[in-house]
Amino acid sequence: MLTTAALDVSIGSVDVCRRLDLSLARGESLAILGRNGAGKSTLLATLAGLRPAQGGRIAIAGIELPARDGRALAAQRGYLAQQQHDAFATEVLEAVLAGRHPHLSRWEWESAGDRRIAEQALATVGLAGVGSRPLHTLSGGERQRVALATLLAQQPGLYLLDEPLTHLDLNHQIATLEILAGLVRDGAAVVAVLHDPSLALRYFARALLLFGSGESLAGPAPEVLTAANLSRLYGHPLRRFDGAGHPVFIPE
Amino acid sequence: MPTPRRALLVLLLLLLLAAASLLAALLAGSYAVAPGVVFDALLGNGSGVGAEVVVNLRLPRALGAFACGGLLALAGALMQVLLWNPLADPYVLGISGGAGVGALAAMLLGLPLIFIHGGAFAGALAAMLLVFGLARGDNSWTQARLLLTGVIVAAGCGAAVALILSVAPEQKLHGMLFWLMGDAGQIVSPWPPLAVLAAGLVAALPFAREMNLLARGETLAATLGVAVPRLRAVLYVLASLLTAAAVTSAGSIGFIGLVVPHLMRLLLGTDQRLLLPAAAIAGGILLPLADTLARTVVAPQQLPVGVLTALIGVPAFLFLLTRQPRASA
Repeated sequence: MLTTAALDVSIGSVDVCRRLDLSLARGESLAILGRNGAGKSTLLATLAGLRPAQGGRIAIAGIELPARDGRALAAQRGYLAQQQHDAFATEVLEAVLAGRHPHLSRWEWESAGDRRIAEQALATVGLAGVGSRPLHTLSGGERQRVALATLLAQQPGLYLLDEPLTHLDLNHQIATLEILAGLVRDGAAVVAVLHDPSLALRYFARALLLFGSGESLAGPAPEVLTAANLSRLYGHPLRRFDGAGHPVFIPE
Repeated sequence: MPTPRRALLVLLLLLLLAAASLLAALLAGSYAVAPGVVFDALLGNGSGVGAEVVVNLRLPRALGAFACGGLLALAGALMQVLLWNPLADPYVLGISGGAGVGALAAMLLGLPLIFIHGGAFAGALAAMLLVFGLARGDNSWTQARLLLTGVIVAAGCGAAVALILSVAPEQKLHGMLFWLMGDAGQIVSPWPPLAVLAAGLVAALPFAREMNLLARGETLAATLGVAVPRLRAVLYVLASLLTAAAVTSAGSIGFIGLVVPHLMRLLLGTDQRLLLPAAAIAGGILLPLADTLARTVVAPQQLPVGVLTALIGVPAFLFLLTRQPRASA
């Protein structure tokens, strides 16, 4: 679904990654972790085709980036931005229906089927019945979930999510991660920038650590997400506890 | 969110209102014309002074006002998406300022009417190309850079207009002020602005759904497959040409381009597929009405319609702003 070859990404004076080779198939998930400013969001936006890479190549479902046909690419890959902005008042359902854009031709209007998909997506994120409310009357966490519903309505094969858990309460954090796990089970590929190594280990099969110096480490999550690696990643000693079923990392 | 059927119904209703507005413009005036004479004149079998007044004076002026109102409202709706700001208007990027410099320079030189229109159009195009070139300089096309460039060019044009006004002989000042405030009386022929309005709508509507996405933010639009730089260029050129056509015909009439899209958004929602044609027609409803008032309120003297649109527009806008404080911001 997603392959990179010898990918170089940098922003300002920060080398995000050098000669990164990644390959993510359908049904696989990858968590990206790193310190603030290491370039996690930059890498994700580059993988989404929203900014150019400094070298190497990226292909999504066989489409080489930069894609000539933006709509064809958008039918294959979805991207959840870190923050949602709105200048104009919009209804929630209208906002979610935006996700159907890549599937509609220029003169087509959203069909009853598109509406069903959007309403289903709202129900999936626990916002059934708010479709007719103005978007700006929702809380930050609810808007984050509307953005996730928009992404679900887009129905891409590859999901790229930049800190999907921001603004969310604990219960909604877990609910969101369960939704992502369900997508992976259904055959999608999911890449997410996360801050919590414990949740990354619990929900993602693979992990990519960005050290902020161009150095990166990728592999199966249990091999990459060790106390030693994470201590070096965050520049602070972390200890692993294997208590209640899921291992957790706690800063010392 | 409108369905195609509801959108069509709304537009039909607006067209009916537009017909009523045009009819009012034909019936009212300082020279009394009986309704029967107006209908006869419209059907082409009228005669006499009344029919002459309707066919040769009021009809072109009403149609011209319809076209200019539509042009300004459509340009305003496009500009608000382009600048991602519900308070943007067609003049914010200096188009009317450039047109003002061109038109007033022609008046100062005592050139005939056709050169005044030509000067206005040339000035508008010059301002448009200047802002386009400067704002695109680093190819970034950010809204802030575009807005800043436009505002500065507009300020420069304002200074040039003030300079012309201050050196102009007294007998020319009246005409210059009327031009600056906007006056449907200077519309020579309604057909050029009507043709530009139709062409502008046809050119804008294929991009309406992409505009919906751009209005929700450029990252979201790019994510969903919109070629954002190309869409911005289309919006900029379209909005500028529509504005240039309007100010060339009737001077810089204010507030239609700001208030009408805003009003339509409050009434009909933000879907550009409905909003763009609805704003175009609604602008065409309001400007002939305002112009009819401008011709009749202190008849036989005529007011520049721009004064009336501002006098009505300012309180209307403030009312909307206080009534729906969060819908717009």
